[in-house]
Amino acid sequence: MIVSRRWLEALLDRPLDARDVSDRLTLHAAAVDAVVPLHQDLGDILIARVLEVKKHPDADRLSLCLVDAGGGGKPLEVVCGAPNVQTGKVYPYAPVGAVLPGGLKLERKKIRGVESNGMLCSAKELGLGADHAGILELDTTAAPGTRFIDALGIADHQIVIDVPANRPDLLCHKGVARELGASIGAVVKLPAIPGGPADSRTAGLSARPPVRQSATGVVDGVDVRLEDPEGAPRYMIAVIRGVKVGTSPAWLAHRLSAVGQRPINNVVDATNYILFELNQPLHAFDLARLRGPAVVVRRARPGEKIVTLDGVTRTLTADMTAICDAEHPTIVAGVMGSAESEVSADTRDLVLECAYFQPTRIRRTRRALELSSESSYRFERGIDQLGMPDALRRAIELIIAVAGGEVRAPALDLWPEPQQERTIFLRPERVNHLLGVAIERPEVERLLTGVGFFVAPKDGRLAVQVPGWRPDVTREVDLIEEVARLKGYDAFPDELRAYRPGTVPDAPDERARARVREQLVRAGLLEARTMPLGPPDGPDAVPILNPMSAEEAYLRRRLVPGLMRRIEYNWANRNRDIRLFEVGTVFRRGTGAPEEWTSVAGVLTGARRPAHWSEGAKVPDMDIWDLKYHFELAVAAAAPGCNVEPATGGAVGWVAVQQGGEVVGQANPLEADAPVWAAPLFGFEVRLAAAERDLVGYRALPLQPPVERDVALVLPPGVTAAQVSDVLRRAAGPLLERLEVFDEYRGPGIPAGHRGVAWHCTFRDPERTLRERDVDALLARGLEALEGELGVRRRES
Amino acid sequence: MRDLLAALAELRERLKEIPQADERRLSDLKTEILGRKAGALTHILGRLPKLEPSSKKEVGAAANALKREFEAAFDARERDLKRAAGAVTGVDLTMPARAGWRGGLHLVTQVVDEICDIFRGLGFTRAVGPEAETERYNFFALNFPKDHPALDAQDSFYLGGDLLLRTHTSPVQIRTLERYPPPIRVVIPGQVYRRDPFDASHSPVFQQIEGLAVDEGISFVDFKATLATFARRFFAPDTRVRFRPSFFPFTEPSAEMDVQCQICGGAGCATCKQTGWMEILGSGMVHPAVLENCGVDSERYTGFAWGMGPERIAMSRHGIPDIRLLFESDVRFLAQFAGGTR
Repeated sequence: MIVSRRWLEALLDRPLDARDVSDRLTLHAAAVDAVVPLHQDLGDILIARVLEVKKHPDADRLSLCLVDAGGGGKPLEVVCGAPNVQTGKVYPYAPVGAVLPGGLKLERKKIRGVESNGMLCSAKELGLGADHAGILELDTTAAPGTRFIDALGIADHQIVIDVPANRPDLLCHKGVARELGASIGAVVKLPAIPGGPADSRTAGLSARPPVRQSATGVVDGVDVRLEDPEGAPRYMIAVIRGVKVGTSPAWLAHRLSAVGQRPINNVVDATNYILFELNQPLHAFDLARLRGPAVVVRRARPGEKIVTLDGVTRTLTADMTAICDAEHPTIVAGVMGSAESEVSADTRDLVLECAYFQPTRIRRTRRALELSSESSYRFERGIDQLGMPDALRRAIELIIAVAGGEVRAPALDLWPEPQQERTIFLRPERVNHLLGVAIERPEVERLLTGVGFFVAPKDGRLAVQVPGWRPDVTREVDLIEEVARLKGYDAFPDELRAYRPGTVPDAPDERARARVREQLVRAGLLEARTMPLGPPDGPDAVPILNPMSAEEAYLRRRLVPGLMRRIEYNWANRNRDIRLFEVGTVFRRGTGAPEEWTSVAGVLTGARRPAHWSEGAKVPDMDIWDLKYHFELAVAAAAPGCNVEPATGGAVGWVAVQQGGEVVGQANPLEADAPVWAAPLFGFEVRLAAAERDLVGYRALPLQPPVERDVALVLPPGVTAAQVSDVLRRAAGPLLERLEVFDEYRGPGIPAGHRGVAWHCTFRDPERTLRERDVDALLARGLEALEGELGVRRRES
Repeated sequence: MRDLLAALAELRERLKEIPQADERRLSDLKTEILGRKAGALTHILGRLPKLEPSSKKEVGAAANALKREFEAAFDARERDLKRAAGAVTGVDLTMPARAGWRGGLHLVTQVVDEICDIFRGLGFTRAVGPEAETERYNFFALNFPKDHPALDAQDSFYLGGDLLLRTHTSPVQIRTLERYPPPIRVVIPGQVYRRDPFDASHSPVFQQIEGLAVDEGISFVDFKATLATFARRFFAPDTRVRFRPSFFPFTEPSAEMDVQCQICGGAGCATCKQTGWMEILGSGMVHPAVLENCGVDSERYTGFAWGMGPERIAMSRHGIPDIRLLFESDVRFLAQFAGGTR
């Protein structure tokens, strides 16, 4: 919402500082996003009077003017090309050196041989309109030399307010002025309308029109029927005859321009003025175009069509309210009128609608038609149903003041179910309880009264009457908020006080996430964050019904694909050594709601460690064994109790298998769109188990010395290291403490298809010192079992 | 005996030679004095058994003391020489060290942890909830009216039926209130979704940290105190904080909390749009309707709640101009914060 500083000044009848206004509104009502000075770029333009107009000696279309630009200086010669320049009149004048809107700096220069001391300006040159046929003739008594923006009163500030959805009252100047007035101690009074009202012409309006608790009525020969009171709970119509549609007076045009509205014609501008002053949308339409003449407020018939003001044909539905004549819709209620019934230059007699439309209805209509307007925006948020007669009366006065015409009959006020102000009871002790400090009752009353609440004590409580413009205030706590914000949140202390600890334990999932992150960071991986939206990466991917694009139409079911895209992004930036991990949520289609859980994934490519000059040659790139290490690490951290096993099906890779056989993770080389210089890429992913972990128990450190043995074995085809290790451990028993592979060899001396694998064995007896011959016996037992069960023999050396 | 004591005194003089000795001289000295065969002190010690008991004690004590002194002096000199050797053998110690890869947490994770840790110090535990939510948890139980503009499909990602991707972490307020009795003090970090196109300042997916405190007697003062304390601990002890009115369906009174702009210190700059303030979080006293929707007695219990965006806070605190940097996962970016945020 844009408000004009000058407009607020008119309502509060005092000068205001835009910065101060901004601070007060921000701290007590609603945040101000920006304060924009208007017409700063016209600061160099002055008022000048033309003293004499002569012909230019060398050009028929140019004139040579003697100009009084004030400041006590001599009259200046100015060359002017406008046909409308006249002696004695006053115009905007840009002296030499002035900077015009758009940044052009005016130089002293010769025009057809005559030097011109500056320039008389058109509206267009000043950025004040499209008119450039002639210079802008001013109707001002200001002395020559006065700054143009001061003489016209257009120096202003736009104050841009971020009005929250629950405060429709702040969508107009009166509402904003009310809040400001409460803060500075001033009362809002609507300024008199220049040129009005003339009592004789508004005779029918000297009093409020009577409320009719009915759905029909006649005003000045127009038949009005309210057939949809649900959509339009209160509906008022006035008829103004004999208006003259034309240009608005300058004051009105300036008011609208100051809030970013383009002046259109005096009638439309008057209704817009009321909209921005009182938050009452109005609709003026041409009586001559109304068949009947009748105004029928009804639900639209399905398929009924209307060409709206913007020239688009709209198809209505029965969920929308339409304002119709005897035959067709002429207005989409609360949203936009038809091009046909629009006020035009020929309009003589007006029908003026002042209505309250049901907010939900307007919102649905606006969404269905994808059409919004200043009116629909306000109706959606709820306007002041009780303030309508005052708004309509002021609108009529304004229209008659700026466009002439007269009212022959009182307006019609159809209100089948009249509403009263809402009354809420406020307990002063509850105010203190919730706000934490004692606020005296008179202060509570003063604060609430300051913004239009009516407060009366009743049975130890306060009976608070809520004005019609505050639909958001519905319960006691809303009034307590009013007290707090009007007092100012900054006025409350912020000292910590004792509190009781809560009953909620830390979420196990958060603990598990932190643990696995720590492990992977220690292993040298960098944490990445990827988008959980993407293309489908499996048959059970969860689709989004309303995605923003086809590329982001599904929720991820794994993290690795997203991480691969990050690898490709890094490659594109010529990063070669990349180790990323992510801990994030993944989704799968389930029965009913999607299943979601936390997944842990990593991707690895590039050098195993940073190169060091002392080692000369390049550091080897990571391979599947680095992958296996990181996968085992991740599984141990994320899913303890799971085994890492070779993947089945012949492909290189591993899976993490839960007790019971469920696969909860996998690791394998990845195919990606890699540049030639990139290293092989590997990835792993495992489901995070949130279960609480077992304590790590202490195992006594050994006191006895170990005995070590190296043994080289020949493994026939198909025999795995895991099998060898199992057999050896089983046969040698618990004294075989550690078993490590330290070499693998294929080639001369080993039968084809076989391989030599060398193991380093560590034996230890926790109770006594092992003797060499005991170890030899254990090893022999192991070798015997290996040969018998797996055909593995000791390698001849 | 006299001659022996004199010999010891003479030998003692030679201690002075040790600190100046080079490696070879040191070795010679050692042999000369302590050598097993011809060492001068060894020789004296060798004569002890032949002495009379009275002088034996005196000379023996003196000789052994001197021996310890020599041993200590030789050791000290050897250490010095060894240390010096390291520096003078022509090693260029400015050459780069041998390194391993350094891992690191994402900046946003670090900021989330930092924030949650501060609240932990104020008694808040960490809670979480699902990202796919029902409209009831995401909107209605939070006192959004049925036709609130926030329910527009254009703002949320729908999954079918009444399911959507949560648009804030606030539904976890409801889940917590339904499951645990007051007193409640939780912070709720998590991922949320809005239908905003990805640009420099918007992401369709981002992190939020929600907070909720509910107990008897919690007031607006406690609310302000807790959040202002957080701001001073997170930014700086003298950080200025202000609260101003706002609107959220699930809080009443509602407030936004601003801290003095971290870029200009409050003087006004482009980042804070010349206001001198930075918006940090939306907050307020828990709306009684929210408590009632969860079966909590709203007369007896009161509370406060807030929500903040760790990405935005991280961006403003660390001067990151574009939110997309947080999702690109360029290793050069990630490595900048691998050592922490300070």
